[in-house]
Amino acid sequence: MNPIIKAENLTFSYPGDEETKPVRALCGVSFEIPEGSFTAVLGHNGSGKSTLAKLLCMVNLPDSGRLWVAGREITSPDADESDVLKARRDVGMVFQNPDNQIVATIVEEDVAFGCENLGIPPAEIRRRVDDALAAVGMTEYARKQTYNLSGGQKQRVAIAGTIAMNRRCVIFDESTAMLDPMGRREVMEIIRKLNREQGVTVLLITHHMNEAALADRIIVMNEGAIYLDGSPRDVFGNPAAMWAAGLDVPQTTELAYKLGKHGVDVPLDLFDPDACAKAVADAVRRKRKPTGGGKS
Amino acid sequence: MKSDITFGQYVEGDSLIHRLDPRIKIVIALIYIVVIFLAKSATAFALLTAAAVVFVLMTGIPPRLIFRAMRPLVFIIVFTAVINLFFMRGEHLLFEFHFIRIYREGIVNAFLIVLRILLLIVATSVFMTYTTTPLALTDALEQLLNPLKKLRVPVHEFSMMMTIALRFIPTLIDETQKIINAQTARGADFTTGSLLQRGRALIPILIPLFISAFRRADELATAMECRCYTGGEGRTRMNSLKSEPKDWIFFSLILLLGAAVVCLNRFFPLVTIRL
Repeated sequence: MNPIIKAENLTFSYPGDEETKPVRALCGVSFEIPEGSFTAVLGHNGSGKSTLAKLLCMVNLPDSGRLWVAGREITSPDADESDVLKARRDVGMVFQNPDNQIVATIVEEDVAFGCENLGIPPAEIRRRVDDALAAVGMTEYARKQTYNLSGGQKQRVAIAGTIAMNRRCVIFDESTAMLDPMGRREVMEIIRKLNREQGVTVLLITHHMNEAALADRIIVMNEGAIYLDGSPRDVFGNPAAMWAAGLDVPQTTELAYKLGKHGVDVPLDLFDPDACAKAVADAVRRKRKPTGGGKS
Repeated sequence: MKSDITFGQYVEGDSLIHRLDPRIKIVIALIYIVVIFLAKSATAFALLTAAAVVFVLMTGIPPRLIFRAMRPLVFIIVFTAVINLFFMRGEHLLFEFHFIRIYREGIVNAFLIVLRILLLIVATSVFMTYTTTPLALTDALEQLLNPLKKLRVPVHEFSMMMTIALRFIPTLIDETQKIINAQTARGADFTTGSLLQRGRALIPILIPLFISAFRRADELATAMECRCYTGGEGRTRMNSLKSEPKDWIFFSLILLLGAAVVCLNRFFPLVTIRL
């Protein structure tokens, strides 16, 4: 499969002013995101993950390195504004603050905003907007004011906006960080559906371990570089490395890891609390049998 | 407080006037205003007043709301009435006291000026502010002013600015409340002291509010760029305004009203007003 995003040795620094030195945010980041994949980017604050997101959606250009988005090299010397515009038709972004990315006062008008910018005929926009609202379960809110929605609903509207544009890849820059647990669940559900059912490539930037665990692949950022890269099983299977980078692992993994040290063998990649609980119960039962079950 | 912020004075409803094409409504309001100034005879004014009453009844808006729209203008109304009453000179002197002279023409004129202003308020509130959402008004204005784009007037940009401003009004109201609460929690006092002290107390509210507004604007601009916004060029609209037969029927009725007023001026000048 062709990668929809390919990065080679990206570096980026935030320019300093007279008093502060420039801040190095990324130093030599390379990776490929295959089309249709679901990748999570993990990292604590200041690890460079949001800087990376800004480069990938072409808000900032890298200082050096090469970047391909949707088959176009954005960093090539002859790339211009129109290449960026074309790449943006395929790759979109949902931001952290739901309030600051909604343009219109009416839900359906906001969903239509991107399509209107692309110059799509009105009848086609109408069809796409209705489909997109149905896909995120917001059909009944179509004519409502965006202002009165909950945070989770606003993010769903923002997602509908990118669905309506038929984008191949959506980057979520901590899109659940400002939501309550309920809203977070709703949005994660839709992100998964987007990836599974519509084949949209998802790049989920987050610091929630349990959200990252839903991805097929996790890239862990630390101090502007890629620290770990692998399946959730690989990445969380090595809790010591995660802790060393100042990151956590899902609580289930932590429990399994610590039990493992005491000789109770539980798989590390059960991220669902119920499944984990069952595995722990089984493991404890298994462990008791060979020793003869002294008390029972 | 959150859920019932209504922008402007829009009164929800489903009357014929509510459902008219907002572009037609703006044009109708303008024509009606012109007709108000064309009217010169008492019969013409009677007709216009009757029409205004019919419009108000059609919208189903409680008349007290219409009176409320007049309240801020009471001073202007009284002022013009007084000026006309005392300074209009005419032929029929009714009353004289030292330098005050009141003529019959003055009374008639004062009355008609007041009537004109009142009709003006009724027309704008019935066709525009009370029955059309600010968003629809913005859209309608953009499309009405579209020809000006050829003269390089940034019509789309103005309407986009209006839309975004409308969108952020409730957000910023909320934010102001939060900042007031936060500063009150830190011991700020906004309710006592002299006017100057109270004015100064607003600074700790305004500065955070402005900083946050600029940050929001920056983020919104980024988000709009990421959604392929490049200005008005090559843009389409999902809900382009469509005028239906009912819009044109209403439009013709207003034109008829105008024609009737002109005829009444000419043929039934019970009282003619000279300005």
